Amino acid sequence: MESADQTTRKVIPIVPAPVGAEDTSEEGAWGELYAAHQKIYPRSVQGIFAKWRWGFVFLTQIIFYCLPWLEWGQRQAVLFDLGVRRFYIFGIVLYPQDFIYLTGLLVISAFSLFLFTAIAGRLWCGYACPQTVYSEIFMWIERKVEGDRTARMRLDSQDMSLEKLVKKWYKHFLWIGLSIWTGFTFVGYFTPIRELGMEFFLGNMSSWEVFWVFFYGFATYGNAGFMREQVCKYMCPYARFQSAMFDKDTLIVTYDAERGEPRGARSKKADLATLSLGACVDCTLCVQVCPTGIDIRNGLQYECIGCGACADVCDTVMDKVGYPRGLVKYSTQHAMQNKWTASQTLKHIFRPRVLIYTGILLLVVALLFGSLLTRKSFKVDVVRDRATLARIVSGGNIENVYRLQIMNAAEKRQHFKVTAEGMYELKVLTDSEDLTVESTQSRWVSVRLQVPYDSAVPGSYPVRFTIEASDDNETGHTLLEEKSVFLIPR
Amino acid sequence: MSDFTSNFWSLYVAGIALVGIVACLLLLYFSGKAKAMTAHDNTTGHVWDGDLREMNNPLPRWWVGLFLITIAFALGYLVLYPGLGNSAGKLGWSSAGQYDAEVAKANQALEPLYAKFAGMPPEDVAKDPQAMAIGDRLFMNNCAQCHGSDARGGKGFPNLTDKDWLHGGTHEKIKETLVKGRIGNMPPMAAAVGSADDVRNVAHYVLSLSNSPHDALRASLGKPKFVACAACHGPDGKGNQTIGAPNLTDDIWLHGWGENAIIAMVNNGKVNQMPAQAGKLTEAQLHVLASYVWGLSNQPAAK
Repeated sequence: MESADQTTRKVIPIVPAPVGAEDTSEEGAWGELYAAHQKIYPRSVQGIFAKWRWGFVFLTQIIFYCLPWLEWGQRQAVLFDLGVRRFYIFGIVLYPQDFIYLTGLLVISAFSLFLFTAIAGRLWCGYACPQTVYSEIFMWIERKVEGDRTARMRLDSQDMSLEKLVKKWYKHFLWIGLSIWTGFTFVGYFTPIRELGMEFFLGNMSSWEVFWVFFYGFATYGNAGFMREQVCKYMCPYARFQSAMFDKDTLIVTYDAERGEPRGARSKKADLATLSLGACVDCTLCVQVCPTGIDIRNGLQYECIGCGACADVCDTVMDKVGYPRGLVKYSTQHAMQNKWTASQTLKHIFRPRVLIYTGILLLVVALLFGSLLTRKSFKVDVVRDRATLARIVSGGNIENVYRLQIMNAAEKRQHFKVTAEGMYELKVLTDSEDLTVESTQSRWVSVRLQVPYDSAVPGSYPVRFTIEASDDNETGHTLLEEKSVFLIPR
Repeated sequence: MSDFTSNFWSLYVAGIALVGIVACLLLLYFSGKAKAMTAHDNTTGHVWDGDLREMNNPLPRWWVGLFLITIAFALGYLVLYPGLGNSAGKLGWSSAGQYDAEVAKANQALEPLYAKFAGMPPEDVAKDPQAMAIGDRLFMNNCAQCHGSDARGGKGFPNLTDKDWLHGGTHEKIKETLVKGRIGNMPPMAAAVGSADDVRNVAHYVLSLSNSPHDALRASLGKPKFVACAACHGPDGKGNQTIGAPNLTDDIWLHGWGENAIIAMVNNGKVNQMPAQAGKLTEAQLHVLASYVWGLSNQPAAK
């Protein structure tokens, strides 16, 4: 039993707290505005939600640690090459001009978060958030080295001994090793990871690579090793605004107070019906397993990251004492108030907020993938000459100058032909006939447009460039149109 | 140079900065001493609207540590860098100094790249694709503002891709133009030529030199008056590259073609300036850039 439980108990009156539990006495104490950090020793937990969490840990981390090692043709499959400003993602080569895709990705991430949160609360926090995932891995290492909750608490309260020193050093050694590997993997997304590995072992990494490996590693070590729930409670912006996405049909981890109260210890042989006690045996295991150190029996609290550890451990206790499971469970406020069955609760998932989020999410996903699939193998920016608006050239023509930036977004050499239309007798002149751009390279080309003098009154005229691309093997012709204007001076 | 005529504003700015930092420290100190009334249920006892209660969730103390770190950082920054009024800071840092240092560093980093071209004759540099790509970028950053992004110039700005050169088109001459700049000076010649009618006649004679459309009678009347122009443009009007006098017998008209443009030129004269680039570019850059410009008008099959 934790003596701290009574004094740090917080009541957030969203789910009604058990009657009589509120302390309304006038007497209080003078408390400080700042509180020292209370270290939390979460007990390990097994159960269905823990299995899901470990599933997500493996899924996200296998992707994170393995992706940079994949090869695609002659290069790394996923590489964000900031130096030459090209992002390679499997078959796709993205230019800085493709930044809109990142916007699309962020919109998708945001609406996924809104959708999942509206349906099932802090799913992201409890299962897939890097803070949770790395904390889970670091706690697993901690448990392997120092033992579970009670062993760790005992170790920390002991005086320094050789055994304690060895255990602590060993734990930090493993933590730091994993952190550096994580930082190394992170940098591997921006520098080819195989070369980075060679540089790492030869000590040839550039100063920025060294900085980011150790900075990202340090952030992992600090956040997952020491800060843990402090990040969720005091730093995370998502945790601050997620309450705006909750409503009374949102799944939350909740304690069935009506069934559980009044809580109390009882003999295993005692019959529940004859006792004046609820189903809660007051074992406090739900408090011991909580990674943010709260007591779920006090109702929904902002610190709750919805991980379901308390539900898992309570179910094992209920099994042991022979009571039905689900004293602590995922449920909604409406379901708790109205005593809905699971299928009644599920029906209420489809409410306008969820349908609108889903609709927007599907639309943005469709737009993003549609746009990626119909993407051309090159891009062109037309930039009017910044100095010469227009000039009269020998032969009596009016000439405008344009710079075309041709960006080859394919991994093969392409040849380009530029034509233009939109004005009477418009002529296109380039310095060389064959405009070749090597694979994934970009090139600036000067293009001159001419119209006969006096063929149009002074003013600005829209013109349309058509750029035709063909590759070495003549496997495809692609056309791209770009708009610009032609100026005829007074 | 001081930004202000008196020291008052510097002291004012320094005072605000220091008072602000001290105020932050005092705030931290007093809020650390302050206590909040907390009832047993961890609320402050304040109740609004019947059931809305204020909780006391104390800030974690490590956050106070972060505040102290920012204050220490601010003080350290003000000692090392300019920020406290007109104090220059212990490091002597300035944005201009950083700019110069970074330009020098970049030039040093590029030295091996340019070294390859330094000993090359301009003809070979002009054939090297890498040098031409560098030259193109140098041209875009330093020359295209006047000569256009395709180097074909415009009114008042010479076309660099043709064979017509005011001061000579050899690599040495181009480099000289780049380093020292050029001033083209055509003085007002109306008084020397004669009456307004004489000026018009001379203009038609000038047009006739290049077989441009002209009035033959006026041209023949203007021919004797051309002696005033011959001093620079030569008796045959073919110009003089040593003083930058343009050739009048071709159909290239830097300041505008036709009767009116020529009359305006004779009446008003013109001073045209190409600014010197020596201070902006290194010797190696000048070599590559001059080769690039030389290459523009000497492309083997340019059309």
